[in-house]
Amino acid sequence: MAQVYEAPLRDMRFVLHELFEGEDFGDLPHFGEFTPDLTDAILDEAARLTRDVLLPLNASGDAEGCTIENGVVRTPAGFRDAYAQFRDGGWAALSSPPEWGGQGLPETVNKLVEEMICAANLSFSLYPGLTHGATTAILGHASEDLKRAYLPKMVSGEWGGTMCLTEAHCGTDLGLLRTRAEPRGDGSFAVTGSKIFISSGDHDLTENIIHLVLARLPDAPRGVKGISLFLVPKLLPNDDGTCGPRNGVAVAGIEHKMGLKASATCQLAFEESIGWLVGEPNKGLAAMFTMMNAERVSVGIQGLGVGEIAYQSAVAYARERLQSRALSGTARPDLPADPIIVHPDVRRMLMTMRAYTEGSRALGQWVSRALDAEAHGADPETRQRASDFVAMMTPVVKALFTDLASETANLGVQIYGGHGFIREHGVEQFVRDARITQLYEGTNGVQALDLVGRKLGAHMGRYLRPFFHAVSAQLADAAKTSARDLAAWRSSLEQSFGMLQLSTGTIAQKALKDAEEAGAAATDYLRLVGLVGMGHCFLKAARIARHRLGEGTDEADFYTAKLATAGFFFDRILPQATAAFLSIKSGKRSLMALPADAF
Amino acid sequence: MKVLVPVKRVLDYNVKPRVKADGTGVDLANVKMSMNPFDEIAVEEAIRLKEKGVATEIVVVSIGEQKAQETLRTALAMGADRAILIVSEDKVEPLGVAKLLAKVAEAEQPGLVILGKQAIDDDNNQTGQMLGALLGWGQGTFASKVEVAGDSVDVTREVDGGLETVKLKTPAIVTTDLRLNEPRYASLPNIMKAKSKPLEQKTPADYGVDVTPRLTTVKVEEPAKRQAGVKVADVDELVGKLKTLGVVA
Ligand SMILES: Cc1cc2nc3c(=O)[nH]c(=O)nc-3n(C[C@H](O)[C@H](O)[C@H](O)COP(=O)(O)OP(=O)(O)OC[C@H]3O[C@@H](n4cnc5c(N)ncnc54)[C@H](O)[C@@H]3O)c2cc1C
Repeated sequence: MAQVYEAPLRDMRFVLHELFEGEDFGDLPHFGEFTPDLTDAILDEAARLTRDVLLPLNASGDAEGCTIENGVVRTPAGFRDAYAQFRDGGWAALSSPPEWGGQGLPETVNKLVEEMICAANLSFSLYPGLTHGATTAILGHASEDLKRAYLPKMVSGEWGGTMCLTEAHCGTDLGLLRTRAEPRGDGSFAVTGSKIFISSGDHDLTENIIHLVLARLPDAPRGVKGISLFLVPKLLPNDDGTCGPRNGVAVAGIEHKMGLKASATCQLAFEESIGWLVGEPNKGLAAMFTMMNAERVSVGIQGLGVGEIAYQSAVAYARERLQSRALSGTARPDLPADPIIVHPDVRRMLMTMRAYTEGSRALGQWVSRALDAEAHGADPETRQRASDFVAMMTPVVKALFTDLASETANLGVQIYGGHGFIREHGVEQFVRDARITQLYEGTNGVQALDLVGRKLGAHMGRYLRPFFHAVSAQLADAAKTSARDLAAWRSSLEQSFGMLQLSTGTIAQKALKDAEEAGAAATDYLRLVGLVGMGHCFLKAARIARHRLGEGTDEADFYTAKLATAGFFFDRILPQATAAFLSIKSGKRSLMALPADAF
Repeated sequence: MKVLVPVKRVLDYNVKPRVKADGTGVDLANVKMSMNPFDEIAVEEAIRLKEKGVATEIVVVSIGEQKAQETLRTALAMGADRAILIVSEDKVEPLGVAKLLAKVAEAEQPGLVILGKQAIDDDNNQTGQMLGALLGWGQGTFASKVEVAGDSVDVTREVDGGLETVKLKTPAIVTTDLRLNEPRYASLPNIMKAKSKPLEQKTPADYGVDVTPRLTTVKVEEPAKRQAGVKVADVDELVGKLKTLGVVA
């Protein structure tokens, strides 16, 4: 058994077409041409491409890793061809705007395709992923001249992109940043400094790489208010758009990593490299954060992808591995032992993995709808509501999905037993790959602080409202249900929602007096929001499934399984909400009791 | 030159087929369906001929249920120009298909009809040959290479003894083998464009063809399960076993 992955197309179509039908943010005429038959055709082809082209390079890329020789970085065997196929097929330009050569897909579809790419080959996903992030920042903040010079080739995937924030002494706290930018007198700047951990910092997939670099101007204020954003190409383009001379960007080394090995993570040295200001002086962090926010949702989706392949690989093994007999009596007398999928403890693990991935996919789709509505909603009120929802859910998607992904990947290894620990089976890679998603684009701890510190209290709790309203509305709507299972699940959700409301109030109050209280509650609070969010989606899904089964459907298997997964979520996962609630309630006292020097 | 490519919607080659409990056929409810892989090769070959400037238009045609539209859209997304769907919710047998294709060929006047050598659902390997007979055109089956020169086409065929090349006068019939080419993935822009390419709907009656099945399916069942093997210690034991089985004297 090895790495097993087929895009979960049925569940994807469920979250895309059925789960939020006619709700939330209204229809978006902007995307009228993306009818279900078209989006399904896109998903089908993406499923083929990811399975046939990217998946076969996942384990080999992990084993070989990236290499550096004489300052030139090479990706593992097969990556160049796969990237060429990916780019030529127009997949690099998926969600970019058509004005710049993109395909303008809605995020709802784009995020599903991203999930497939990340499941099949997380390392690969970073090359187009970083380029897309960089184009977003350029689109949002760069001058028209810069856009014209760089966007077309970046959107098409001919040129790559990076985001260069991190330095050796400066990760979370960007205020410590030292890279400098001196005006050259002709409107351009000379950028000098050392960056580390730069994903796709150098590689052999594209002829040029466009770095977006955070640096300080000579007269910049200290701290985060003195950071500006610069566009620094690896090769300076000639006037006709072809690649010209090198621009003083050297690869000082590549990082030796726990996982994500086929992604080139580079140390870059900028030596008076010519760059151009993107956005306004000293406003670089804000510009970078438009891109970071979009990327954070995508990192959540990375986690979901890895979780899904771990789940599928575990199911395949659990069906084939024969050990012991079922507690309920022999299930397969024709075999020397029963397949391990009969054992309740193996089921517990498989169902947990399944509930996490399905729950994340549904919640991710809800946020994707908001991303689309934020940009193209019918009226300013809708756009604002969508934007508030995105602001609130971005750290949740990033941290929750990636935490669950790590747990899922670990359960995958557990299901393989000792064989999971052996590299040839390919599933320990998921643990190593999933691990990074909890760290980069802001650690999950920092995501939780963002939720509690910036989102919870802002504008009198306005960011929370769309989420709280949606959950209350469903609870009210489902109150009439006569189905006993649905009624029980509704009441579990209602309880957890009550705990979330209480916690929200407690944290808001305590934090006014003592900021450490908010910090101490943050991670549990994020988990609580995430659990309620997934519970909301599972209740919705279960109600739809029950309805379809009642009407009569030739897809009874799918909807029955949906009900089973929802049932497991409410019985076995949602109780985590109580633990989070009690932790939050205990406050910072025991958590901060031991003085730092007593450790 | 116009190229006509018939395509069939079949159970996806990655799906393990399950026989229906009542033994009337293979269970197709909610399983992934795709274009017959040999037909994908046929579409690819037509597109390559168009890219070489040999073909001017590629018409794809499918006979089957409404959902076969998806298969035609896939072909359009790969690069075909227009599509014809002859709707029949009932199964149409190879002879019925060949008769319908003959009518389409008469109407469309293609220089080449490129078909898959067989469909992976029934594995009949008949339609191309029957079509050749009905139209009275030359046929080059099991093609691993197709070269058009003027008004003839050289088809290299995979035969038991190796390769054989036949020269056919166009219009002609070609059926594809696995090694002819490797079909491309549809590009995203082409998937989007496919939506607005023409897809014409017809019925067998429009062509005056009677597609009533001539065969009755008696029973469909799974192949017998393979029995577990036994390991033998050495050659002597093997020979002994073979003798008891009566395989060797
Ligand atoms: C494989 C890989 C790829 C990467 N790609 C890129 C890239 O492309 N571009 C780029 O710029 N960077 C990249 N990074 C860097 C990454 O974003 C940082 O590692 C991350 O932001 C954390 O910074 P740090 O490692 O310095 O950790 P630190 O900031 O030192 O954090 C250490 C610990 O302290 C906690 N902590 C820090 N501050 C606080 C606080 N205020 N409150 C509570 N807890 C806190 C953190 O949560 C963490 O647990 C990459 C890193 C890796 C490993």
